[in-house]
Amino acid sequence: MAEKLVGTDIAPPDLHAKITGRARYAEDFRAPGMVFAKLLLSPMPHARVRRVDARRALAMPGVIDILRADEVPSRDGPREACLTDYPRYEGEPILAVAAVDEETAAAAIEAIEIDFEPLPFVIDPLDSLRPGGPNAYVEGNQFSGQDGWSEFRWTAEDFAVIDAGGMPDPSCPVEWTKGDPDAAFAESALVLEETIVHQSLTHHPMEPRSNMAYWEGDRLFAFVSTQSTQQTKFALASALDMDPENITFVAEFCGGGFGSKISGTTVMQVPAIFSKKIGRPVMLRVTRYEENYIGRARPGFQSWLKMGFLPNGKCNAIDLIIVQESGPYGASDYATAGMIADLTYTPQNMRFRAVDMFTNTPPKAAQRGPGGAQIISMMEPILEKAARELGVDRLEMHRLNAPRGDVKFGPRDSTLTSVHAIEALERGAEMFDWPAKVALSGRRDGSRVTGVGIGLSPYTAGSRDRDGLMIIRPDGKLYVHQGIGNLGTHSIADTARPAAELLGLSWDDVVIVWGDSSKGMPRSTVQAGSQTTHAHTRANHAAGMDALQKVREVAAATMGGAPSAYRVDGGRVSGPGGTMTLGRVAERAIQMGGRYDGHVLPEDIHEQTIPAAQMLAGQGLMGVARDNYGGEGNVYSWVAGFALVELDEETGVVALKEYVGITDCGTVIHPRSLGAQVLGGSIQGMGMAMTQRWVFDPKWGVPFANRLYTARPPGMLDVPPDLKWDAVGIADPTTPVGAKGIGEPPVGAGAAALTCAVADAMGGRCLCRTPLTPDIILAELEGRTGVGRLEQHVG
Amino acid sequence: MDQSEALGVLEQKYSRRTFIKGVIATGATVSSTGYLFRGTPLLGAAAFQTATERLLSLNVNGQVRRVDVLPHETLAMTLRYKLGLTGTKLGCDRAECGACTVLVDGVAQYGCSMLTHQVRGRAVTTIEGLEDPDTGELSTVQKAVMDEGGFQCAFCAPGFIMSMTAMLQDNPNPTREEAAHALSGNLCRCADYDKILNCAMRAAELARSV
Ligand code: FES
Ligand code: FES
Repeated sequence: MAEKLVGTDIAPPDLHAKITGRARYAEDFRAPGMVFAKLLLSPMPHARVRRVDARRALAMPGVIDILRADEVPSRDGPREACLTDYPRYEGEPILAVAAVDEETAAAAIEAIEIDFEPLPFVIDPLDSLRPGGPNAYVEGNQFSGQDGWSEFRWTAEDFAVIDAGGMPDPSCPVEWTKGDPDAAFAESALVLEETIVHQSLTHHPMEPRSNMAYWEGDRLFAFVSTQSTQQTKFALASALDMDPENITFVAEFCGGGFGSKISGTTVMQVPAIFSKKIGRPVMLRVTRYEENYIGRARPGFQSWLKMGFLPNGKCNAIDLIIVQESGPYGASDYATAGMIADLTYTPQNMRFRAVDMFTNTPPKAAQRGPGGAQIISMMEPILEKAARELGVDRLEMHRLNAPRGDVKFGPRDSTLTSVHAIEALERGAEMFDWPAKVALSGRRDGSRVTGVGIGLSPYTAGSRDRDGLMIIRPDGKLYVHQGIGNLGTHSIADTARPAAELLGLSWDDVVIVWGDSSKGMPRSTVQAGSQTTHAHTRANHAAGMDALQKVREVAAATMGGAPSAYRVDGGRVSGPGGTMTLGRVAERAIQMGGRYDGHVLPEDIHEQTIPAAQMLAGQGLMGVARDNYGGEGNVYSWVAGFALVELDEETGVVALKEYVGITDCGTVIHPRSLGAQVLGGSIQGMGMAMTQRWVFDPKWGVPFANRLYTARPPGMLDVPPDLKWDAVGIADPTTPVGAKGIGEPPVGAGAAALTCAVADAMGGRCLCRTPLTPDIILAELEGRTGVGRLEQHVG
Repeated sequence: MDQSEALGVLEQKYSRRTFIKGVIATGATVSSTGYLFRGTPLLGAAAFQTATERLLSLNVNGQVRRVDVLPHETLAMTLRYKLGLTGTKLGCDRAECGACTVLVDGVAQYGCSMLTHQVRGRAVTTIEGLEDPDTGELSTVQKAVMDEGGFQCAFCAPGFIMSMTAMLQDNPNPTREEAAHALSGNLCRCADYDKILNCAMRAAELARSV
C-alpha cells in the first residue's frame, strides 16, 4: 500500500539546514575578492540631482568605484530604475559606491557632495486630486502608455462634498457598474454611508533584500532573496537586457517576502551591474532602515462606501469609490478590492469607481492579500453595523451575504471553481462558540470592554497551465525539479507530494531540487496571488502521470505483457512479467532513450522548460508534462476569522484574547504548514490593523516610521498563546489534487475579525480606518473628529 | 549567586546599554545606518587598517578562535564575516528583532548589540554550536523543532532556537504563557508563533525525558 503523503505532516527537507545554521540566505554567500556596495539614498521625497562631486570619496583608500544612474537601465514614464537622478521618494537610491569593506563604502557615501533641487511633492493623494494641487511628477499625475502624461483633478464641487464629510460623485478613470445600483438603493431598508481610510504599510520581511553578484565572462552569477525563482531569473535577465541562459541564479532560501519579493529585481541590478563594471564580486547588504524605503509597501486607500441592505440583512447594492495612494511607480490593489467587495457581499447591483494617484512615498507592491485585505478589513465592520441596525445576528449576516457556488461577480460576471465560505463560517462559529461569545459582547471589567467580531476574507488561490519536470534516477529516487521559490510556505516540497504518491514512493525516496537555475527548472509560476499550491500540485501531478506511464511501458518492454497490467509501489514496478526496482527501470529508460529519458520531449511543453529538460536528458526516466487539466472559473480560497478582544477605554489599548481561523482551501496537503499560513497570515493582518503604523511628516514629505520598532509587527505577546485553526477540507473538483492556495486570504480575515471586534467593543461604532492604535481609538472615544484623510495619519 | 554576579548577569541581559558604553569607551562612533563592518583578508579583500584592529582569542562553540577585531565591531559581524558562522542572522542590527540571538555564558544576547571585545574570556554559543560536535546529533531544542515542523521562512529560527535553549536552562518546565514571555524578545515576521510555541513546549518535554 502506497504511503499517504497528501494530508500528512512531513517536515520539509530543508528544515535541518534551517535550524542548524547551514541554510544559506543571500547574505550568507561569499566569493573570493568580494567587495561591498553602499547606496546613497535620497533625503527628500522629490528632487532632481543637480551635481555630484565624488572626487573626495573616490580618493579615499579602499574605495573602488561609483555607480551612477546613467549606467543602469531606465525607461520613460513612471517606471523604476535601480538608481536615479530624479528621486521620487525619500530613500530612493541615487548612486552606489563600492569599497573593500562596508565601512569604507559608507564613509565614501558620506564624503560625496551632492546637490539636490527640491521639487513639489505629494504624500496625500487627495491633495493631488484637488483643483490646482501638486503632482508627484514634474510632468503630471496620470500616465498612460498611449497618451503619456496628463493631469487629473476632481472638481471644487467634489471637494466641497468631501470636506463636508459627504460622499462625492466624482469622475474616475476606472469605473464599472452592474445591475442598477440607484434603483436598488431606493429599495433598501437600510443604507449606510461611510468614509474609509486604510493605511499604507511597508512589508518588512525578516530578511532584508541583500544580494550578491559576480561575473565569469558573459555569465552572471546572482545570489538573491526572492519569493520566486525561475520567473525572477527571467525578470532579472529582461531588466539587464541579457539572455536568461547566461545567468546562474541562486535563491535557495528566502527570509520572507509577503509580495515584496515576487521578483524583487530592482535592487538586484545594483550588484549585477556594479560587479561587471569593476570586475569583482559585489555584495549589497540592505539594512532594516533601507528596507523600510526600498522594501515595498501596501498601497493605502481613501474610500467612500455606500451599502444598501434588504430588511433580512441581504446586501442589495454597493457604491464604492477608491482613491489609491500608489507611490511613484503605481499598483493595482484597487481593482482587486472592487472585485472582492462584489464577491464577498454578492449585492447584484454595484458601482465601482477608482483612481490611482502617484505619490512621493515609498514604492508600492502587492502585499499579502493586495486590495482584498484592505477592503475586507474596512467593509466587514460596516456589514456588522448593518446587522445591529437591522436586528440580525452577525454570524447570520455573514452567512446570508456570503457567495454560493453559482456566484457571478465583478464586471464580467466571473465564476468560481468552488466555494465553501459558509462551511468555514459554520465550522468557525462552532469552534469559537459564537453564541456564548456573542453573549459576552459589551461585558465590562473595570475599564475593559469585551468585543467579538467575524471577518470573512477571500483571495485568489490558483492558476493553471504550468509544467512539471522530474526524473527517476538509477538510485531509485525521484528528483522533482522545482522552478518555484522557497519563500517559507513549504510549497517547494509540498507540491511534489502528489507525484510521489502516484509513483508509490515513500517520502524518503523523493529529492526536491530547487534554488539554483543551473540544476534545471520547468516553467513555473511566480510565487504570488497564492497560486503555487494549486498550479504546481497540478503540474507535478501531470508530470507524475507521465512518469508513471513511462515506468509501466519500460516494465512491459523489459518483462513482457501490457503496460496497463503493471502496478507501481514501494519503489518497484510489478506485473505479469515479474518485478523490477525503479532504479532498474531508470537504467532501462536510459538505454531505451527517446521520450523515456527525455531525449524526446512532449511537443506542448513551454519553451522555458526545454533547456532544463534537455540538460537533464539521459540521466534517468523523465516525467515531464504540461498541466493540461484545464478548468473553468476563478480559483479562490477563503478564511473566516473569529476574534474576541478586550478594549481598555482608559488607555485605548486592545488586547486580543481569542482567535479562531477556518479556511476553505480545498484538499489539505500539509496540515501543520497550513495552520502556520492561516494563523501567521491572520496575525499579519492584525498587525496591519492594529500594531503597525506608517506615519509621514506632511511638511517635509518624509516617513517618521522607518524601523521595526516604529511600525512594529505583532510579537509573541500580542497574540494569545492558544490560537486555533481548522480547514473545511472539501476538495476543489476542478483540479486533480483538489488543493487551492492559502497565503493571502487569512490577512483580511485576521484584520477584519479585529476591526469588527473593536467596533463591537465600542458599541457598534465603526472606526472605518486602520491602524487601530490607542491614540486613534481614544480620539474616537473622546468624540474628536479625525477620520477621513490619509494626511490624518500624521501625528 | 552573589549580588555582584547577579548584577553581572543583569548587565549582560541588558546589553544595549553596555554596548553603547563600550562604543564610547573605545572612542568609536556608531553609524546611524547600522550594518557596517570592515572587510577581512579571509574574503580576499585587502582590509584598510585605518582603525586599529586587535587580535583577540574568542571562545566560540567550544573552540578558541583567534581573530582581528575592530574596537567597535559587533559580535554578530565577527561571527558572520570573520569566523564564517553565517547561521547568526541580522534582521535589524538594532536590537529590534532577535534574529541575531546567541548565547554568551549561557545567557541569550543580541549579537548585533554587543561588541566582540565584550565577550573576551566568555563562552559564545551560536546555532552552529548546538549539534554534538562528534556525532552531529541535534540538540534537544533542534530535535523538538524537527518533531514539530517549526518555522516558515526560518530567517528568525536561529535566534528563536538560541532563546529556547536559554529558556530551558532558566525554566525547564514552562507553561505556554511563560514560554511566550521567554521568547518575546524574538520577532517572527511570518508570525508562526503558534508552531514556535509548540516547538518550545516539545523541547521542554524532551528535556525532561532525558
Ligand atoms: S539583528 Fe540583532 S536584534 Fe535584530
Ligand atoms: S518563520 Fe519567517 S520570520 Fe519567522
